[in-house]
Amino acid sequence: MGCQPHHLLPLFGCFCLVFFSRCVSTMVGTSPLLSVQPTRGLVDEKIQVVVRNLPPAFSVTLHSLHHSEDKDLWEAFGQYTSDGQGTVTVAKDASLGGTYEGAEPMGLLWSMQPVPGSRTGLRLRKMDVLTPLVVHISVYSGHMTEGFSKQSPLATVVTERWYMAPGVCRIDIEEHGVRGTLFLPPGPGPFPGVLDMWGGGGGLVEYRSCLLASHGFVSMALEYLSHDKNRISDIDSKTYFEKAFRIVQEHPLVMKDRVALFGLSFGTSVALNLAAYSKDISPRCCVCISGSHVLPVNKSISEVFKKINEDRYKTRFDEEGCVVWRDIILPIPTDLGEKVDMGRIKCPLMLVVGEDDQNWATVESAKDMAQMMRAAGNEHLLTVLQYPDAGHLIEPPYTPHFRASNFIVQKTRQKGTVHSQSSHLLVYTPEQDIYVEPILYSQGN
Amino acid sequence: MQILMTEKAATPLLLLHPSRGLIDEKFSLMVQNLSQIQEITLHALIHSDDGDYWEAFGHYVSDATGLVNVANDSSLGGTYDGVKPMGLLWSMRPVPGSRIGLRLRKKEVHTPMLVHISVYRGHMSQGFKEQVALASVVTERWYMSPGVRRVDITEGGITGTLFLPPGPGPFPALLDLWGGGGGLVEYRSALLSSHGFVSLALEYMTPRTSGGSTSHVGNEYFEAAFTVLKQHPQVCGDRIAILGLSFGTSVALGMAVYSTVIQPRCLVCVSGSHVQPVKGSLSDVFSEINKNVHNTRYDEENRVIWRDLLLPIPTDPTKKVDVGQLKCPVLMIVGEDDQNWPATESAEDMKQMMEKAGNSHLLTTLSYPGAGHLIEPPYSPHIRASNFMVAGTRQKFVVLWGGETAPHGYAQEDSWKKTLSFLEEHLYRSTERWHHRSYSHDGEIIFLGLSFS
Repeated sequence: MGCQPHHLLPLFGCFCLVFFSRCVSTMVGTSPLLSVQPTRGLVDEKIQVVVRNLPPAFSVTLHSLHHSEDKDLWEAFGQYTSDGQGTVTVAKDASLGGTYEGAEPMGLLWSMQPVPGSRTGLRLRKMDVLTPLVVHISVYSGHMTEGFSKQSPLATVVTERWYMAPGVCRIDIEEHGVRGTLFLPPGPGPFPGVLDMWGGGGGLVEYRSCLLASHGFVSMALEYLSHDKNRISDIDSKTYFEKAFRIVQEHPLVMKDRVALFGLSFGTSVALNLAAYSKDISPRCCVCISGSHVLPVNKSISEVFKKINEDRYKTRFDEEGCVVWRDIILPIPTDLGEKVDMGRIKCPLMLVVGEDDQNWATVESAKDMAQMMRAAGNEHLLTVLQYPDAGHLIEPPYTPHFRASNFIVQKTRQKGTVHSQSSHLLVYTPEQDIYVEPILYSQGN
Repeated sequence: MQILMTEKAATPLLLLHPSRGLIDEKFSLMVQNLSQIQEITLHALIHSDDGDYWEAFGHYVSDATGLVNVANDSSLGGTYDGVKPMGLLWSMRPVPGSRIGLRLRKKEVHTPMLVHISVYRGHMSQGFKEQVALASVVTERWYMSPGVRRVDITEGGITGTLFLPPGPGPFPALLDLWGGGGGLVEYRSALLSSHGFVSLALEYMTPRTSGGSTSHVGNEYFEAAFTVLKQHPQVCGDRIAILGLSFGTSVALGMAVYSTVIQPRCLVCVSGSHVQPVKGSLSDVFSEINKNVHNTRYDEENRVIWRDLLLPIPTDPTKKVDVGQLKCPVLMIVGEDDQNWPATESAEDMKQMMEKAGNSHLLTTLSYPGAGHLIEPPYSPHIRASNFMVAGTRQKFVVLWGGETAPHGYAQEDSWKKTLSFLEEHLYRSTERWHHRSYSHDGEIIFLGLSFS
């Protein structure tokens, strides 16, 4: 510090106290420096959060806050202790408690949950992909677990998380009765293409396609289970999906022989159905997440739903009254009329399943699919990624997960709280991208 | 695994990360899926707010795996060569056929600079517009990070723009002074705010009219600006620094030594000089410089060289700021090829004065061979000369700033890093406040805990 005549020490003590109360954040002569890199990133990009200039061995809480499109507040927090240099590095240091524990570089994002007092059964989904998810990251003094809104943080940084990379183009598609949203990467192309199908919740979910375009794929998010009652009857046969596939394939910027099918949950059933039975289209590869091959073969979607309804009595409820649907397709049928003939698949197939999926019997399905393909001699096309403790909604990484959320089933419009996911987060997109990229981008040998 | 063969070769993948960054952040850039040992050109293009096109390019050859990585691989030619990860930005220049004397400066700081990065087949040096690229991406380069707020300032009779970082504060602050070109230049303040400082970009060069007469602002103008910062509720009043470029350095040094109101925590002086009439106003400084206007030289392209207007460095103590009286740390940044101001000679003279006075421990000088006058935040293009109009006059010149592209680019990158470090050290970390402003006249340190600001 400086020269400090001893006889002035008592006086110094006095002044010191007054000083401390006036400018708390500069106590002991330092101000904490919070840095988040990058301040603007894609949702699947990692962030580095570092706090410097703290006193050594100082307790702090790192907190993230997001105000969603649905006007809910989501937050996450981790408790840390600074090292000898007064630094906290989230990538290396262990969180001692909070919404996540241990050394979790992205914990402030994926462990977000609705703030106390929120409505129940919420799910964080970005519907407008043209704007980013804005997250406020703050550092608070001490180890806190609540009352963040009543306390002034030591420092705050704002970070943007984007589904859309600069230069990506969004186009509404309504062609030959097919409805969807097309995303184009920047550049002259041509690019590989993806037909992207979500699940039983229906509507038009764009963010995954947008993210795929940010990684160099032309991707169309397809609407096929509309919330609009009048439209469901449009989707009666494979034709709709074949038309959708061709829209992607025939786009001037798309490589005709490199178009993949990407499905989640019910979208998987559609994808497998097409891959096995369609005479019109040949996907380059398929990525099927949390789905099953068990469904009435070669029937329309209405008939598939009818069959599911017949088995509805198998629905269970957990101790909180949440709907557990996984038994509906169990046991896996042996009758070949009731499941997709996996022996007919001619392209590489990746299955992604969570072992704690309470929504659909995906693990059993994956096992059965592997057996069918082994028997048929095309098992070399299959890759299965199976994650312990992961649930049904395996989405792009670093977004919050939820054990249960509100869900409206198409055609019936019943609301229930559906049991979806377990207590651990799954990160899958990197593997999936690595898989999809070599298939769609490689020269082949 | 059966993969369908196609006649078409694979599409090269251009991977740039991060796709949105601050203007002073590095990016990583790779091209994958090329053929082995394939010649390619990486090209960057900006369409400026003024409507001009700026470009840069580098020639590369892929390795055995069909990969080019600008972090490791050497550019074999183009607007830059060697291993230069950010060369595509700092070596940019106006495309052939552009107007002359251009300078790339962003006026609108709420929006990013869009840079189109493309990869072309072969080693090309022109005709990029007529050729279809193999792949292209877009990256945004921002002066403002999310949450930074911009506020117009007109109080206290001053004209400026204030930038505030996100968060509750209070924060240390900067008075940000540009040079003789005048105007209200905001981008450096926006960037400083993105690094955690409240920053006030001050317009001061344009003469003001009052009571029928037009004159330059007086010293009380700068004191008013400093006070606006000091009194701001989100500013730590005793942690204010001054950052000056060129003429801004003259102001910073003069005020720091002679003003009783302005007490900066530290100073950053870029491409400037201490040579000016002692305790003079701006008008006095200009008059003095004008006396030497016959010392103006011209290079072979008739561009103006003004460095000799302040030479030789005077020995008369009334003609230069008495830097021996400086009480705060000073970071001097000079380019050794500065053709506009004698920054190197001034820095040398300042060092001597401070050594004699016994306060040279406060001085740090960063001197860059091959760098010119306009040492700005990194990765902006270097210009050896540009159009220039002295604020408040209608005289147009093409002024020679000096510097060569590669060493100037290095100077910008290195000096900015060190500037941020220096500011962080003295404004965020320093505990000097306990004996700040406590030097008595006979040099004895009096301990004062009286800085209650």
